[in-house]
Amino acid sequence: MIKQMDASQLRSRMNRRVRANTVWKTIFLLATLFGLFVLAILIIRVVSQGASWIDMDFLTGRLSTDAERAGIMGALLGTVWVMFVVIPVTLIIGVGTAIYLELYAKKGKFQSFIETNISNLAGVPSIVYGLLGLTVFVRLADLGNVVLAGGLTLALLVLPILIVSAQEAIRAVPAHLSEASYGMGATKWQTIRRVVLPAALPSILTGSILALSRAIGETAPLTVLGIPALLIPFPEGLFDTFTALPMQIYYWTLDSSLVAEYANLAAATIIVLLVLLFVLNSVAIFIRNKFQQRY
Amino acid sequence: MYALILCWVQMLEGVTGEMQKNSEVRHGESLNVSEMIAQNKNKKSISNLVEKLIPTFLFLLALITVLTTLGILYTLLSQAIEFFKQVPIWEFFTGTVLKPLSQNPEFGILPLISGTLISTFIAMLVAGPIGLMSAVYLSEYASDNVRRVLKPMLEILAGIPTIVYGFFAFTFVTPLIREIWPDVGATNILSPGLVMGVMIIPMIASLSEDAMTSVPNAMREGSLAMGATKLETTFKVVIPAAFSGIIASFVLGISRAIGETMIVTIASGSSKNFTFDITQSMQTMTAYIVEVSGGEAPAGSTIYYSLYAVALTLFVFTLIMNLLARYVSRKFREEY
Amino acid sequence: MSTLANSKMSVQLQSKESTANEQMETSNSNVETSGIVYDTKDLNLWYSETHALKDINLSIHEKEVTAIIGPSGCGKSTYIKTLNRMVELVPGVQTTGTISYKNKNILDKSFKVEDLRTQVGMVFQKPNPFPKSIYENIVYGPKIHGIRNKKVLDEIVETSLRGAYIWDEVKDRLNENAYGLSGGQQQRLCIARALAVQPDVILMDEPTSALDPKSTLKIEELVQELKKDYSIIIVTHNMQQAARISDRTAFFLNGEVVEYDETDTIFTNPSDSRTEDYISGRFG
Repeated sequence: MIKQMDASQLRSRMNRRVRANTVWKTIFLLATLFGLFVLAILIIRVVSQGASWIDMDFLTGRLSTDAERAGIMGALLGTVWVMFVVIPVTLIIGVGTAIYLELYAKKGKFQSFIETNISNLAGVPSIVYGLLGLTVFVRLADLGNVVLAGGLTLALLVLPILIVSAQEAIRAVPAHLSEASYGMGATKWQTIRRVVLPAALPSILTGSILALSRAIGETAPLTVLGIPALLIPFPEGLFDTFTALPMQIYYWTLDSSLVAEYANLAAATIIVLLVLLFVLNSVAIFIRNKFQQRY
Repeated sequence: MYALILCWVQMLEGVTGEMQKNSEVRHGESLNVSEMIAQNKNKKSISNLVEKLIPTFLFLLALITVLTTLGILYTLLSQAIEFFKQVPIWEFFTGTVLKPLSQNPEFGILPLISGTLISTFIAMLVAGPIGLMSAVYLSEYASDNVRRVLKPMLEILAGIPTIVYGFFAFTFVTPLIREIWPDVGATNILSPGLVMGVMIIPMIASLSEDAMTSVPNAMREGSLAMGATKLETTFKVVIPAAFSGIIASFVLGISRAIGETMIVTIASGSSKNFTFDITQSMQTMTAYIVEVSGGEAPAGSTIYYSLYAVALTLFVFTLIMNLLARYVSRKFREEY
Repeated sequence: MSTLANSKMSVQLQSKESTANEQMETSNSNVETSGIVYDTKDLNLWYSETHALKDINLSIHEKEVTAIIGPSGCGKSTYIKTLNRMVELVPGVQTTGTISYKNKNILDKSFKVEDLRTQVGMVFQKPNPFPKSIYENIVYGPKIHGIRNKKVLDEIVETSLRGAYIWDEVKDRLNENAYGLSGGQQQRLCIARALAVQPDVILMDEPTSALDPKSTLKIEELVQELKKDYSIIIVTHNMQQAARISDRTAFFLNGEVVEYDETDTIFTNPSDSRTEDYISGRFG
C-alpha cells in the first residue's frame, strides 16, 4: 500500500477506476458497432426499396423513362466493356511497374521518387482524374466519351492501388526461391517469370480484383467525362458511347425528386452493383485462401 | 503488350524445343545434359535480347505513373492559367460570390471552399471520435476472434461505392433529419457530411489501429504492472505513443473528405451561397466540377476554365494534406 | 576475340602451373594430387565498407570434398557464394583478385554468370524447393536451358533423383508438391535439382544446418557418393562433419584463410595455433 494514502480512499478510487474501464470498454465497443449498424440500415433500406423491382426484364431491359419498363442492360454492358479496358491496362502497367520497382530499379533517389509519386497519385481525388481523362482522352485524343476513354481514365485512377499491392506480393516471395533459381544458372528474367511471378500471382490477382471493384463503383470521373444516361444503343466496342451502373444510379437518384419510382430503380441498381462487388470480393478471398503458398 | 512478348518468347522456346527433339533421337541411350545445354546456348541469342530489353520495357511502364502526374499538373495548370487571364487570381480566391451562369458572371471560390470545409468538418466530427474509439477497441480490448470478425466487416463499409452513400444520404438520412429538424432543406450540407463521416470511419479506425498495435507491448506492460487499468494505459501510454500515427490517419481522413464527390453532389445540391448554415444547400469544390462539366460548358468559355481553377485548388488542398500525413507518420516511425 | 581468350588462357595456365608447383612444395601430400578446379588468387571482397574477404589464395581440387570451416561471420559463406557469383545479389559488393575456374577468371565481368552457375550447382542452407511438383523442381534447370523434349526430361528426372538417392522415396509421387516432403527429403531434392543440369562442381552452404541428425547422416553419405563424379565444396559449422566427409579443409577467420591443408593434417596436426584453438573448441 502507498503509505501516504488512506486505504479506504484508495479502494474506492480503485473501484471507480475499474468501473470507468468497464464503462468505456462498452462505449468503445458501441463505437465499433456504430459503423456496422449504419451499414445494416443502409443494406436493409436499399434491399427493401429495390429488391421487388429486380427481375429478368429489369436486368435485360433497355433504359426507359417509364419506370415500370426501365432496364439496366445497357449500364451492365457498359460496365463490362469498361472492365475490358481497365483489366489489361492496369495489369500490364501495374505489374510491370511493380516488377521494375522491386526487382530492377536501383535503390536510390529515382526509385524513391517514383514510389513517392505513386503514393501521391493514390491520394488525388477521383474527380481530378476525371478532368485528366476529359482533357487528354476525350478532347485531346478526340476519342469522345466512349468506352476506351472511360476505361483508360478509370485504369489510371486505380493503377496506384494495383502497383502497391503487386509490390507487396512480389516482396513477399521469399529470397531463397529466387536464389535457388539463380543458382541453377537462370537469368534474371527467367527467374522472375518462372519463380517470382508464379509465386506472387495469387496475391497479385487478389489485389487486382480489389482495384477492379474500386473502378466498378467509381462515379465521379465518369460524370466529368460526360457519360450520359440517355437512351443510347448498347455499346458493342471500345469506341461506342456507353453508360455504367454507377451513372445509372446517379441519374435515377437525382431524378427521384421528379419521379418517385426512380428511387426504387436506383435502389434496385445498387443491389445489382453491390452483388457484383460482393461476388468479385468473394473470388478475391477465395483465390487468396486457396492458393496461398506455404514457404 | 507484356503478355504478347511472353507468348512470343514461349513460341520461340517452343521452336527451339522442336529442334531439340530432332537432335535428341540420335543421342540414344547415354544422356549428356551438359552437352545439350551447351548446344542450346548458341540458340539463345533471342532470349538474350529479351533479357536486355525487359528492364527498359519495364522502366517505360514505370514512367507511366510519372506521366500521369505530369498529365494532371499540365492539364490543371495550363487551363487554370487561361482562367486567371480572364478572372484575376485575387478576385477568385477572395470572392464570396459565385455566379458562373449569370449575365455578369462572378467567380469567387470562397462559397465552394466554405462548403468543402464545412462538410469535411461535419464528417470529421463523426469519423474522428468514432474511428478512434473503434481503433482503441480493436487494438486494446477486442480478443483475436472478435477482431477477426469485426475488422473485415468494417472494411466492407470502406468498399461501398460512394454513389451508394450518396443515395443513402439523399433518400434516407435527409428525410430522417427533416422529421426531427424541419428547418433542414431537402438538400443540405449536414446529411452528406454525416454520411461521409460514416464512410471515413473504417479508414481512420484501421490506420489508427495500425499505429496503436505497433506500440511495443513492453510499454503497455510497464503501465499495467503498476496497477493501471486498460483505459488508463490506453490514454496515458498507448495513445501518446501512437499520437503521430493517429494524427496522420485524421489528416488522411480530412483529405479523403475534401476530395469526396458523389455524396455531396447528390445530397447537398448546387446552391452557391456563401453561408455557414448547415441546414442549407452548399456546394463543394468537387460538386461544382461535376455540375459544370456535366452541364457541357463550351470549351474555351470562362466557366469551362473555372473548372480547372477549382480543380487545381482542390488538388493543392489534398496534396498538402497527403504530404502532411506522410511527414507526420514518418516522424512517428523514427520514435522506436 | 579468340586470340584474346587464348592469351588470357595461357596466362592462366602459367599461373595454374605455378600454384600447382607451390602446392607440391608446401604440402607433403600423400593424397594423389588431382587437377585443380578453382584457383583463387589474392581475392579481396568488400560489402560496401566492410572488408569481408582478405587476400584469399586457395586451390580447390577436382573430384574431392573441400570443407570450409570457421566461426560465424568469418567469410566462409561469402567465399562459397563468390565461387558462383551469387554474392553479387547483395548490392554494393566489390572484388579484386582472380578466381580461375577451368582457366578462366570468373570474376571478369565478361564471364556470363548464367554459364558459370550452370556448371556450378549450389545447395543452400535451408532447403528451398520451388512451390511446384517434385518433377517440375527437377526439370526447372534443364527447361530454362532450353531442353523441352518430354522423354529427355523424364530421363533427367529419374537420373537426378537416383543420383541424390531419393528416387525410391518419391518415384510414385513425382507430381505432388515438393512441400509435402520432409526437410531432409527436400534438401536431397534440392541436390537432385542441382544434379539435373550435370554440373562439374557442387557448392553446399551449410546444407545440413536445418536438418535433424538422421537426415544429416543421409546427406553426408550422399556427399561421399557424389564426389566420385563431382567436385564438392561444402561450408559447414560442424567440425565433426568436416572431419568425416572432406578431403581437404580450409579454416577461415575474420575473412582470411588461416590454414588450408588435408583434412587429416588440419584436425590432427594443425600448424597454426588459431586453428588448433578453434578445433579444440576454445572459441567460435
